[in-house]
Amino acid sequence: MEVKSGIPIERTLKPYLIGLALAVVLTAIPFGLVATGALPRQATLIIIAVFAVAQIIVHLTFFLHIDFKTTPRENLVALAFALVLIFIMVGGSLWIMFDLYHRMMV
Amino acid sequence: MTSVADMTVSPRDVERYEEKDFGFWLYLMSDAVIFACLFATYLVMVGNAAGGPTPKDVFELDRAAAETALLLLSSATFGIAAVALSAGERGKVLLWLAVTFLLGAGFIYLEIDEFAGMIAEGAGPQRSGFLSAFFTLVGTHGLHVTVGLCWILVMMGQVYFKGITAPVASRLMRLGLFWHFLDIIWVLIFSVVYLPGLL
Amino acid sequence: MDIFGRLTLESLPFYSAVAASGAAVTVLGGLAVAGAITYFGAWRMVMTQWLSSVDHKKIGIIYIMLALVMLVRGFVDAAMMRSQQAMAYNNEGYLPPDHFDQIFSSHGTIMIFFMAMPFLSGLANLIVPQQIGSRDVAFPFMNSVSLWLTTAGAGLMLISLVVGKFSTAGWTAYPPYSGVQYTPGVGVDYWLWMVFISGFATTMSGINFLVTIFKCRAPGMTMFRLPLFTWTIFIASVLIIFAFPALTVACAMLILDRNFGFHFFTNELGGNMMNYINLFWLWGHPEVYILILPAFGVFSEVVSTFSQKRLFGYISLVCATIAIGFLSFTVWLHHFFTMGSSAKVNSFFGTMTAIISVPTGVKVFDWLLTMYRGRIIFKPPMLFTIGFLVTFVIGGLSGVLLALPPVDYMMHNTTFLVAHFHNMIIPGVLFGYLAGYMYWFPKAFGFKLNEKWGTRSFWCWIIGFYVAFMPLYVLGMLGFPRRMEHYEIAAWQPHLIVAWVGAVIILLGMICLAVQLIVSIRERNEALDLSGDPWNGRSLEWATSSPAAPYNFAVLPKVEARDAWWDIKRRGVAYERPLEYEDIVMPKSTYAGVVIGVAGGVFGFAAIWWMWWLALLALAVIAGTIIYRASDDDDEFVMTASEVKAIEDARFEKLAKAPKNEMADDPGYAGEPAAEPAT
Repeated sequence: MEVKSGIPIERTLKPYLIGLALAVVLTAIPFGLVATGALPRQATLIIIAVFAVAQIIVHLTFFLHIDFKTTPRENLVALAFALVLIFIMVGGSLWIMFDLYHRMMV
Repeated sequence: MTSVADMTVSPRDVERYEEKDFGFWLYLMSDAVIFACLFATYLVMVGNAAGGPTPKDVFELDRAAAETALLLLSSATFGIAAVALSAGERGKVLLWLAVTFLLGAGFIYLEIDEFAGMIAEGAGPQRSGFLSAFFTLVGTHGLHVTVGLCWILVMMGQVYFKGITAPVASRLMRLGLFWHFLDIIWVLIFSVVYLPGLL
Repeated sequence: MDIFGRLTLESLPFYSAVAASGAAVTVLGGLAVAGAITYFGAWRMVMTQWLSSVDHKKIGIIYIMLALVMLVRGFVDAAMMRSQQAMAYNNEGYLPPDHFDQIFSSHGTIMIFFMAMPFLSGLANLIVPQQIGSRDVAFPFMNSVSLWLTTAGAGLMLISLVVGKFSTAGWTAYPPYSGVQYTPGVGVDYWLWMVFISGFATTMSGINFLVTIFKCRAPGMTMFRLPLFTWTIFIASVLIIFAFPALTVACAMLILDRNFGFHFFTNELGGNMMNYINLFWLWGHPEVYILILPAFGVFSEVVSTFSQKRLFGYISLVCATIAIGFLSFTVWLHHFFTMGSSAKVNSFFGTMTAIISVPTGVKVFDWLLTMYRGRIIFKPPMLFTIGFLVTFVIGGLSGVLLALPPVDYMMHNTTFLVAHFHNMIIPGVLFGYLAGYMYWFPKAFGFKLNEKWGTRSFWCWIIGFYVAFMPLYVLGMLGFPRRMEHYEIAAWQPHLIVAWVGAVIILLGMICLAVQLIVSIRERNEALDLSGDPWNGRSLEWATSSPAAPYNFAVLPKVEARDAWWDIKRRGVAYERPLEYEDIVMPKSTYAGVVIGVAGGVFGFAAIWWMWWLALLALAVIAGTIIYRASDDDDEFVMTASEVKAIEDARFEKLAKAPKNEMADDPGYAGEPAAEPAT
């Protein structure tokens, strides 16, 4: 029974085990690809990126128990806002710094 | 022993815990921006090896994999402690917190060993912009894990001496958020720093 | 390894007369405060009621006291610079270059970090919980930690005047100049550690206020019923939480560079100093709005109270605030257009900068339309508001000019820029905070500030502002670089002399502020605020007594409309005496906040001077205090219903004696004109 309360709600083992299993898979594949060099560099990088995003979603879902039903809405809004700002900050910084880099190198 | 769900907590205390949870969540978001700035800096500086060692020269895939395994397992063992917490089983909570602590401490040991080895080889943070950025990014994560370890010890003390009371349970849940959050940062570290560096 | 690190007797300021007198004033000032407390036998009171207090109103008052002290210090720096530049044509003036550089660095640092930020936190602490109908902030203890860490930062600032030299790298500390290669010594380290420590404090304040406003509102106080000041604090808190990490990271990296030989921003071994500038302004631009949005909030409150009308365009003001808050994260590159980015980067950020002026313009129209057909009462806070509106628009226009990269290439690093940002910050931030200070002073102390001296102060400030800064626009266009210690071009001097006259007029404004405070305290019995609602106010802070009871509201108000207090008064249910009171749970006072603050200051000082054992000891004290606090589940006490009743009975006795509100000239006047103006 999940009531809206500040004290811990019921936790079961199942989500943690699912999360662990998924995380192991999502970690082992990129590590394996780098170790063996089975795929070309570009493809490996893309797989690393995609698997990292997938693994973060796995962690958020199964370890931090973020979902659209029980998580307070303000937490979700804060998370979404943080993601947007991190995108602006990191993306903007890289854009600015690499733009400068190319102009300095030419 | 009463399970947490049966614990009677006044409505005012419930509000208090909710405020603390939200405040802590906001702290995590703020901390995420710190790591975002560190990642951005790392990406800007990863090419600036200044004639010194490059990522390929100093990273070890085995060690990164071992560190990842320890941290990932510790997230799961913390989860088991949380399950024991909601069942109100004090002994189990203590046991699994201890296991989590050991896994985290193992992670920190591997990291310190890695740093010490790099510094001994002349690949310390003073060598180049790339190494400054690497040590700062990974070191900041390590520092967070260390704080988390201290926090685990404090919470084990509280569980031992106070038992599973509502405030203790509420703190443990926030510690859990912190611990799992650090695992997410680590996923980003191995995906942005180690794996591309070794490719 | 010396136990005093790099601290030696030579660090004491006996090497120059100017440094020694600055240090003497600082030390004597400290002794004078301690002496005054001893003279009045007030140590016990200070210790038990102020240092250990977790009451947001007291914390707010301490913040504002800190801000006013630092305002004086920052103003002295400004006056010294103006004097130097007015006389330094073809001669050295009276300040050696090294000293002049320290002064402009400390002026900016003080005004931003230790004047404006504490003023903002102070007003927020004093007013926000009362405006939302709450008994406290969400985290009263963390609030006290924030206060004392901020004070620790300010303390380091003052100590830098006595022990060692301050930074000469300006308030932004750009590397590589601020790197250890070009600026050895402790100056930049002072700057770094004080910013780092107070930055932590500010981040905690931001979290505290966001949670307070989101979670602790009175029943019925929905987000779209919040007073505008609370809205602006809410958005400023969001900006603090997401922008300050960038400053923390930039400072930490420069600390590592300077003290541990890292290569983030150095010239050699793969450092990239442009990344500092990028990170710094990633924080720096939102910071501008962190400072200015709350002032906009004050103006919104003041303009509607003193026009005796509801705020025009409430929703548009809220939306403009949110829009400004978001856009403030997308313009940071306009602080370094000349770094050498390509045209597409510069034009993107130039465009975003021009866009951000749109919501600001919306706000200006809203305030003007609030005054339109209002019955305006020209009290000092309202004067500051009108002065702001006129002056700020001029500053905004010069900002839109600078938003164009080609123009910026011409104007950057000249006093045109200096004139521009002072034209934003003095009317936009300082006038706002001073208006808030005069508007809410009765709420904090139970009596009003003298209006005559307030008005005089306003006229000196506004006239002084124009006389001091308009010449800087002209000088900038004549090519006068900022931060010049002396110069050889005769055409510059007349303008600098005019600017100096302006500084003197502002000095009169500062003196009027001081006189106002002294006169008001002396004549407080003639200006008592017995009702708690001296301005016939509209928001809930005027529902409490002045000063408010420790719990603010004995019975939490039920909010049914925007302008909640106005609505309660209009419904005739204000000042209703409840049949019985209930127990109120309150946070216990604690010294833990001061201990952490002092230890934080000691840590900073030790790190600056490389006394690592002391730094570790201070960190251990901080950690121990936090663990002790975090294990204490008994941090609240119950104020019983009978105690509450005693306080409330005294309040109702005072209310009965209160004269009719001088500002409620027409009780039937509900604040709206008979008909909306035809378009």
